[in-house]
Amino acid sequence: MRAMNNNYYGFGLPIDISTHGAAIDRLIIILHIFMVALFIGWGIFMIYSLIKFRARPGHKATYHLNHFKAPTYLELFVALFEAVLLVGFSFPIVNQFVNAKPDESTALKVRVVAEQFAWNVHYAGKDGIFGASKPELMKPGNPLGLDRSQEAAKDDIVAINQLHIPVHKPVIVELSSKDVIHSFFLPVMRVKQDTVPGQKIPVWFEATQTGNFEIACAQLCGLGHYRMRGFFTVDTQEDFDTWLDQMAPKPEV
Amino acid sequence: MSSDHSHDLPFWKKYIFSTDHKVVGIQYTVTGLLFLFFGFCLMMLMRWQLAFPSQPLPWLGQFFHEKTMVSGIMLPEFYNQLGAMHGTIMIFLGVVPLAVGGFGNYLVPLQVGAPDMAFPKLNMMSYWVYFIGGVIMFCSFFLPDGSAQSGWTSYPPLSVIANQGQTFWLIGMVFLITSSLLGSINIIVTIVHLRAEGLTFFRFPFFIWSQLVTSFLLVLAFPPLEAAGILQLMDRVAGTSFFMPSGLVVSGQVLQASGGGNPLLWQHLFWFLAHPEVYVLILPAMGIVAEIMACNTRKPIYGYKMLVYSAIFLGFMSFLVWAHHMFLTGMSTKMSSFFQITTMIISIPSVIILTALVLSLWGGSIRFTTPMLFAIAFLPMFGIGGLTGLPLGLTAADLHLHDTYYVIGHFHYVVAPGTIFALFAGVYHWFPKVTGRKMSEFWGKVHFWLSFIFINGIFMPMFSMGLAGVSRRLYDPTQYAHGLAVQPLNVVISYSAWLLALAQIPFILNFFISIFAGKKATDNPWEATTLEWATPTPPGHGNFLTEPKVYRGPYEYSVPGAQHDFSPQHLEGIN
Amino acid sequence: MSDIAIKHISKPHPVTGVTNGKLGIWLFIASEIMLFGGLFSAYILLRTGSPSWPHGSSVLNVPLATLNTMLLITSSVTMVMAWASLALKNVGKFKFYLGLTILLACGFLIVKSFEYGTKFEHHHFPSTSTFYAVYFTLTGLHVLHVIGGIIVNAYYLFPGSKMWETNPEQFLCRIENAGLYWHFVDLVWIFLFPTLYLI
Repeated sequence: MRAMNNNYYGFGLPIDISTHGAAIDRLIIILHIFMVALFIGWGIFMIYSLIKFRARPGHKATYHLNHFKAPTYLELFVALFEAVLLVGFSFPIVNQFVNAKPDESTALKVRVVAEQFAWNVHYAGKDGIFGASKPELMKPGNPLGLDRSQEAAKDDIVAINQLHIPVHKPVIVELSSKDVIHSFFLPVMRVKQDTVPGQKIPVWFEATQTGNFEIACAQLCGLGHYRMRGFFTVDTQEDFDTWLDQMAPKPEV
Repeated sequence: MSSDHSHDLPFWKKYIFSTDHKVVGIQYTVTGLLFLFFGFCLMMLMRWQLAFPSQPLPWLGQFFHEKTMVSGIMLPEFYNQLGAMHGTIMIFLGVVPLAVGGFGNYLVPLQVGAPDMAFPKLNMMSYWVYFIGGVIMFCSFFLPDGSAQSGWTSYPPLSVIANQGQTFWLIGMVFLITSSLLGSINIIVTIVHLRAEGLTFFRFPFFIWSQLVTSFLLVLAFPPLEAAGILQLMDRVAGTSFFMPSGLVVSGQVLQASGGGNPLLWQHLFWFLAHPEVYVLILPAMGIVAEIMACNTRKPIYGYKMLVYSAIFLGFMSFLVWAHHMFLTGMSTKMSSFFQITTMIISIPSVIILTALVLSLWGGSIRFTTPMLFAIAFLPMFGIGGLTGLPLGLTAADLHLHDTYYVIGHFHYVVAPGTIFALFAGVYHWFPKVTGRKMSEFWGKVHFWLSFIFINGIFMPMFSMGLAGVSRRLYDPTQYAHGLAVQPLNVVISYSAWLLALAQIPFILNFFISIFAGKKATDNPWEATTLEWATPTPPGHGNFLTEPKVYRGPYEYSVPGAQHDFSPQHLEGIN
Repeated sequence: MSDIAIKHISKPHPVTGVTNGKLGIWLFIASEIMLFGGLFSAYILLRTGSPSWPHGSSVLNVPLATLNTMLLITSSVTMVMAWASLALKNVGKFKFYLGLTILLACGFLIVKSFEYGTKFEHHHFPSTSTFYAVYFTLTGLHVLHVIGGIIVNAYYLFPGSKMWETNPEQFLCRIENAGLYWHFVDLVWIFLFPTLYLI
């Protein structure tokens, strides 16, 4: 059952369908160009030295060498480059990721509660208010422990291993865990965040393209860690609304 | 073994419960190598599952208990056990005991000109405490539910609710930590107090410096892990909730615990050790490489003082970077900025050390002996390991790469073709001193080239897998579409791993055959300058025939005006 | 063992000014500080992160702990007296003071066991709350250190004291090092007492 479009994934970075991911990708690419350039230049020097100074009859090692200036400059360059990476790239990107929370009135709010070995996705429903989760009510049929007699919980939508979001709309996902540490990973969104039991950690993102993707667990969470796979679907707003309607609890007669 | 009294001792005191640092060093080395091989075997089993998920392991599968493999198909629990124990064994039972216990014990007293370690009985004890820790870890495989399976990092709450093997893991760790503490106190006192007359701090071989810094790291960084281990043991055995927050629901059951703990507390305590631990793994390797490079380039190491200062600086800084392992635990930007800055700062001394070692080649007369080949290969391999740390040290790039195969590739390049290559170099280099015979150069070179090719075949593809987003510790990566896309790489890696195992056969045979039938070695077969080569080969009880005195720095090769191209530290005047 | 001479066993090293044993024990104490430092920082983190935390003096027995503090401080004094007596070559007095140190330490353990006993009677276990978890773990680990100190001191009082005949200098160093360790154990308690019982 892996009917997904494999064009999304390959031997390098997966496709990026997020608004913030391009900056991360750019940083990763710049870093790799820098790393490869440094390694090749440095490797050429090493191989050249190995050949030039190989032991052979008539060749002697030199005791006194002049002090090299070049390495000092190289060190300074590396240090400067790292400073640029920090200030120019990493700090702003992380700042964006951690602090620039989108406006809660326009964004879609979703709760994702991880457990061994599933992602429970919780939508507030029509009223926009999440019903409270109670640990003592958490049973197989009610993974989030919702008290359906509560007004706020009546229209709440619970989907297991299925996260649907509308395209071109900021989404705030509030992450938590029922049991152990998991890590919520959306490869195509460049989003990864540990879910720590006892904490509620929000992440946000905006998709630029519709399609069917994956949620992965990136932190060892037990023997089913490998199959803690969720489906991540980006819909148009209309499709998303239809899906929500389908998922909504049927009114009791 | 002429002018000593050790032949009066009964066998068990001479070879088993010996207080002689050389015997203890050999015990550590042999035990460490065995554990290294055992840890490698665990990984080879995992590689079958990764390359051919859920296919029965041919032939070998029938020998496994049904709780580990069902008709040859590995169970996920067993895979997790193998993963956790591979990491634990390689680090705490393989590499550290080899680098600090083995090489440190054997060489430190010799290189500082001492007759033995400062506390010989304590030295013997630290080996046996390590041995007990190893036995506990090994035996945990035979528990009804198997060994620890929460990763070598043992993150709670998973590790607290895990099976009995985790308790064994924690108790084993307490033994291993105690052993390391005793051993490193011994090494520090030996270096500072027992150095020969004239051996000032800046005449130390770089290996001694690396051991000194490493030992300080062990003394100061291991106790917090011991504290964390005690707390986790309390959580598991006494029902406390140090790492357990309130309101946990495990498989539909509300967990009966007082709650109020914090799972991230463990991560802080753990990484406060485990980052310095990285330098515990790498510094002795750099020390070994520096020794071998100076000897085989026949010239002094470039920038010796810079190397020393960098090593000390690395030691200090390593206590300030631990939380870069925790960027994704929801920390504030202030905290992540702080740890990103310290992480970038710590990369500078590493670059300096590497640059100094590469520049040491310039102007030399390079002998391509087997130890030298391993030492040279260490440089680019460690280089790759270091460079790929850069994206992981920047939180923004870490957002995508954290806990993927990229991380696995990164730290294995540092430790496997990095440290373990350096350890191989050390084995080939000091083998003649220890046994009195040389290892075969031809088979050594066969071992080197095959290992070099296959080890890159293992770890290079991991970077591609990591970029593709494949998480680590997955029993079956093909469950994910992005894992399936790179699955051919897993096959390449697995074949490389098995071939790498075959490539160790020349080493194993060479090692054992050379003990008995190798070419006889003189006291100083490599024409080296440091003090260990001033002893008889092999050194007897008490090491030196006369108390050595030191007249010069450690790497006086090709001194102008000298008769030979090496001027040993213990000889007076230019000769 | 006896055929090789290791330097600086009882004569201080000219650079560091201490013997091997003393340098070793200082390093050991440094690692112990890191151990208890790790536990104390865990305690601080858990306490600051907790919505409610009982006031130590309202749940723990402060008078008994004060008595214990007195016992340990006195035992540190007698430990110094033991060493000083030995330095003056008065073996009888040395044995008296070392014996007294051990007795005081045993007294500490007895008082502690009463404290623990009362807690267990009231069904207060490490698993009761994080406060008790911290209390039992920290004091329990300290008790283990006290027991270790008693064993070391008892060894030097009885079988170990034979060394005084053969190598008095080294024996004096050993007593000094045992004293350093004992003062450290005392010091840990002096940190534990206010942080657990008073605030």
